[in-house]
Amino acid sequence: MDEKTLQAIREAREKWEERLTPKLKKFPERKESFETISGLQVKRLYTPEDCSDLNYLEDLGLPGEYPYTRGVQPTAYRGKFWTMRQYAGFASAEETNERYKFLLGQGQTGLSVAFDLPTQIGYDSDHQLSLGEVGKVGVAIDSLLDMETLFSGIPLGQVSTSMTINSPASVLLAMYIAVAEKQGVAQADLRGTIQNDILKEYSSRGTYIFPPRPSMRIITDIFAYCSDQIPQWNSISISGYHIREAGSTAVQEVAFTLANGIAYVQAAIDAGLDVDQFGPRLSFFFNSHLDFLEEIAKYRAARRLWARIMKERFGAKDPRSMMLRFHTQTAGCTLTAQQPPNNIVRVAFQAMSAVLGGTQSLHTNSMDEALSLPTEEAVQIALRTQQLIACETGVTDTIDPLAGSYYIESLTNKIEEGAVAYINRIDELGGSVPAIEQGFIQKEIQNAAYGYQKAIESGDRSVVGLNIYQTDSEKPSNLLRVDPEVRNRQIAKLTKLKKERDSNASATALKNLEETARGNENLMVPILDAVKAYATLGEICDVLRGVFGEYQPSAII
Amino acid sequence: MSERKIRVLTAKPGLDGHDRGVKVISAALRDAGMEVIYTGLRQTPEQIATTALQEDVDVIGLSILSGAHDYLFPRIMELLEEKGMKDVIVLGGGIIPEEDIPGLLSKGIDRIFGPGTYTSEIVQYIQSRVKSS
Repeated sequence: MDEKTLQAIREAREKWEERLTPKLKKFPERKESFETISGLQVKRLYTPEDCSDLNYLEDLGLPGEYPYTRGVQPTAYRGKFWTMRQYAGFASAEETNERYKFLLGQGQTGLSVAFDLPTQIGYDSDHQLSLGEVGKVGVAIDSLLDMETLFSGIPLGQVSTSMTINSPASVLLAMYIAVAEKQGVAQADLRGTIQNDILKEYSSRGTYIFPPRPSMRIITDIFAYCSDQIPQWNSISISGYHIREAGSTAVQEVAFTLANGIAYVQAAIDAGLDVDQFGPRLSFFFNSHLDFLEEIAKYRAARRLWARIMKERFGAKDPRSMMLRFHTQTAGCTLTAQQPPNNIVRVAFQAMSAVLGGTQSLHTNSMDEALSLPTEEAVQIALRTQQLIACETGVTDTIDPLAGSYYIESLTNKIEEGAVAYINRIDELGGSVPAIEQGFIQKEIQNAAYGYQKAIESGDRSVVGLNIYQTDSEKPSNLLRVDPEVRNRQIAKLTKLKKERDSNASATALKNLEETARGNENLMVPILDAVKAYATLGEICDVLRGVFGEYQPSAII
Repeated sequence: MSERKIRVLTAKPGLDGHDRGVKVISAALRDAGMEVIYTGLRQTPEQIATTALQEDVDVIGLSILSGAHDYLFPRIMELLEEKGMKDVIVLGGGIIPEEDIPGLLSKGIDRIFGPGTYTSEIVQYIQSRVKSS
């Protein structure tokens, strides 16, 4: 915009504000200052002055083109909708398999597997530490046998599957490959994602096993294996979701996620991979929180910043390496146990902002998730919410519809600037791994979480049903309960498996795995062999624990 | 109130890594003048009971959302009893279904705080309970 036009706008706005002064005296605004949920100042009015230095072609460009601010796909949802992918898993492989078939029958377009905590931490169901946890927050998977049951009757050549698994991601991916092979599906035809993002486990989610260094090796081995063998597979989902759930702001979510992304790219390059060999298969995962417009700006800022990082910092040449593709989940931490039906509305707004931000894949939380895992009825409403947005609201008919809004563009710039400042700070600390080891990232997140809670308790931030418009609402009575007998059934199955398998074959495979772990060869190959020989998840992880050791965090409050 | 500061052990039993709540509460208790010892993640019932004994705490705050409370909380209560720590006030929090609460209270858990509880409520509750005990 030329200086003359800007000057005219500035003068007009200043006069408007003068005219406003008496009105403000008579009708004061609700608050002295307004802030986004993340604490960014919100002005009364945004005009072209707030994004006067925006260079359309350099900063926004066209959809499907660098820097991808307006989306990674040239036609966005005019071509096809995002993948509707509800995160699900509970109890045993049999029960979860039924839930998957129900969801696919309701029009869900991709699977997303929730594993129980012992599985996520590499313990079999009969381990002492698994007591009380088997099948509770996800499905219990001890061996290939359980994985076969989990996907029984689901053609893996036709569905894409996301698995929320990090430290033992290599083992679960190997099991998935082995099930596909039994179904007659080639690795090259598999589509899906493993989360495989260990760095956010240390800072935000806690399901780590090994120390950072061997964890990074496992991850780069997976990158190498996937780019050779499963070209359509997303070898990682670099996740801000959990960083946000742990209490971060939107700016921190972008900053810490992309800083972790930088660490993975650097590790892979250091391991001898070419950035354009694995870069196109990196994917991301963000949270969709309550501040509707801030969230839309967040996705746009993250996309632009990642494109710039890949091109300028890592010298990527393949445009696909620069495209930030992401899954979104609505923010579990915003749901209230008070007045649960309100959560349907919260989730709808959050899902809408993810769609306006151009997500590739979406999970909508169920209304009862502040109380338990979702019931079938609750998850159906959550899925219908996505289908309503896609088919009835019209927001999917044009690309990046809020671009050019003075506020959205200004906020996109602000979030990018804030994230760059954090990334520079993390670089000064030596990168994400040292920043986590020094507790920097954890401390920043904790301070933000505490600040948010204080804002709720002081009434600065309103939460309907919690600190305003409270009622003595009735609690929903039909919550999902996991039968504690699941553990006994899992243990019986495991005992039978160990008796019936070829024990020489599984022992040999574990021995080979140990040798590989002590050397430098790719770990995926011996892990796949061990899985096929029905070595259990716990046995495989124990071998790796023996070689790599376990991570010992220091608790900081 | 005694001259000694109220000592609280905050703990995450089991395998769940969601420690936002316990960290926020720990910060609030500390800001309210209490001495807070946070155990970190993945604590076994044995570790929690031992730490509580060694640190001579007045209160133990247990946080869990994985659904393993029905096994882990009663086990912790058994161990405290074995160690002769009947006077310690044990509080629970997290995602704990209403219907499970009476059972946990009958095992000696003092109170369960649900999602949405204000940290100020917990601070006041601890202050009044420790004073009266």
